[in-house]
Amino acid sequence: MPPPSRQSASASVGAVRRAFAPWADPDAKPLIRFENVTKRFGEAVAVDHLTLDIFEGEFFCLLGPSGCGKTTLMRMLAGFEFPTEGVITLAGQSLEGVPPYRRPVNMMFQSYALFPHMSVEKNIAFGLRQDGLPKSEILDRVGEMLRLVQLEKLAKRYPSQLSGGQRQRVALARALAKRPKVLLLDEPLGALDKKLREETQFELMDIQHELGMTFVVVTHDQEEAMTMADRIAVMDHGRIVQVATPGEIYEQPKTRFIAEFVGDVNILEGHVQGQENGLWHVKSPSAEMPLTIDDPDEVLHSGQAVAIAVRPEKMVVQREKPGPEAVNVLTGEVWDIGYLGDWTVYRIRLETGEILRVSCANVSRFVESPIDWDEQVYVTFAPGAAVILAE
Amino acid sequence: MTRRLSIFNVTSLVLGFAFLYLPILLLVVYSFNSSRLVTVWGGFSTQWYGALFRNQALMEAAWVTLRIALLSASIATVLGTLAALALTRYGRFPGRTLFTGMVYAPMVMPEVITGLSLLLFFVAIDLDRGFWTITLAHTTLTMCFVTVVVQARLMTFDRSLEEAAMDLGAPPLRTFFSVTLPLIAPSIVAGFLLAFTLSLDDLVVASFNTGPGATTLPIRIYSQVRLGLSPEINAASTILIGLVTLGVISATLLSKRSVLRSRRNAH
Repeated sequence: MPPPSRQSASASVGAVRRAFAPWADPDAKPLIRFENVTKRFGEAVAVDHLTLDIFEGEFFCLLGPSGCGKTTLMRMLAGFEFPTEGVITLAGQSLEGVPPYRRPVNMMFQSYALFPHMSVEKNIAFGLRQDGLPKSEILDRVGEMLRLVQLEKLAKRYPSQLSGGQRQRVALARALAKRPKVLLLDEPLGALDKKLREETQFELMDIQHELGMTFVVVTHDQEEAMTMADRIAVMDHGRIVQVATPGEIYEQPKTRFIAEFVGDVNILEGHVQGQENGLWHVKSPSAEMPLTIDDPDEVLHSGQAVAIAVRPEKMVVQREKPGPEAVNVLTGEVWDIGYLGDWTVYRIRLETGEILRVSCANVSRFVESPIDWDEQVYVTFAPGAAVILAE
Repeated sequence: MTRRLSIFNVTSLVLGFAFLYLPILLLVVYSFNSSRLVTVWGGFSTQWYGALFRNQALMEAAWVTLRIALLSASIATVLGTLAALALTRYGRFPGRTLFTGMVYAPMVMPEVITGLSLLLFFVAIDLDRGFWTITLAHTTLTMCFVTVVVQARLMTFDRSLEEAAMDLGAPPLRTFFSVTLPLIAPSIVAGFLLAFTLSLDDLVVASFNTGPGATTLPIRIYSQVRLGLSPEINAASTILIGLVTLGVISATLLSKRSVLRSRRNAH
């Protein structure tokens, strides 16, 4: 009998979402499957032996820095690029040699790519006309799409007469009009300003939920991916580093790259001392006493060099020295204070010279004797707040 | 900008334009001369325009010229557009630089050389010289101008528009006709107008490749002038100048507008 895992059903990682997890079901058939796909452009490798399953009804995000291969992956799905090696299947059928105009996949382009010589209606009807649908049905479908994106009044306008947000909606409606099996969105919110972007994120989620369609989104914005996705694939140098729910990506990052790319993180380096009651002890030059970390899934050996990742909001900063029973105590002085309204961010300089980032939610409007600059403080975190990343 | 034109600037401007346009202006003015003597002003009259339209030989030449210009400009537009597409679209195929150079060469090639080499070619393949040889020669001469104009537009063309059309189910040919062609149409029309006007007023290449029954207006005018000046020729030339000016101005406006529009849509 294997020992019971600490992260059983009762303790899930991150926020709980609607009970939709086909990737956890071993019998579920993926809608899209990349099998050992490689794409080279001359010498450069854009996608490197990549294997990935995407399931029907998923809101899937490809996240990564620019040049990581996420756009190439999407363009291969759309049919604008073909894999150098490997196979992509859609609903069990190979897409090898299938041109873009014969794929049940539609794409919303980063530049929107609206046809400037066609009105909003004509743009939305374009795909339907290619299918040779009867006129009445095209009209119905265009009307339905215009209602969905709330652009009924602008049907006769031309793209040059629309605002950025309106163009984004037209592009979305045009891509949705053919009811594709998969909708690809290339940086869908990249050209919008911050406020509009936030609203549109939730709208996209609602639309996806309403239509039950599979969405694959490419983005470099981790916040966007976290908000919208059921699962996120973090890519780097043409490979997938981790595929998981936003909660797992944030709370259980597999590598230092992910921990640093998604959200803010403090990294403490050290060496494993041993395991006791399922808790790891790690000796770090940053702390006087060995650190105690609750990360049972890691398999480590004594003396191994590791990095400990702790998110800023999971650290506590205090003026009073913690009692002797406290674990994970770091000492330092306040280097910087950033007041953001909802949060206050402290930058604490440890004796080793490292700077820690600690954020505190401002739960009260009044604070008696707040922590000040240059004060000597103690930073603590719970054993379960940290993740061990094998170096 | 409140800087005023200095006397020097005004003078050089006037002299420059006078140098360029005074002879043409003189020709236009004398086409309305009522006197039979070309160099003596005898009062305003449009009688030479009437005489021109009654001159069978000139009218026939004008008709031939018009047909050649329309036909050769049409062929040049199709070929020139295809060349522009190949040059901008198919990346770095082997021999691209050479091909680019060869498309543009006729622009700087002395017309005498173009005319002579075409004549030798037509003789070699034993093609009877006449209407068709001039049409072919003019196609060769004007094609590169169409390529230049259309290529300028294609450089600013957003390829994702074509990808979007294909993504929505349009095969490549339908994508070309429903998206690419409508968007580059103004520049194609501009190229056509340019080719048309070039063919309309060409003398050198046409006279090398002409044959019996295919006398174009410039050839006719030139041969008539050698026999002596006539005010009729002034009238014919004025009409020709008008046509060419109209063609060039609309070509410029069209290509300018099309580039502007593509830029506006990029934002």
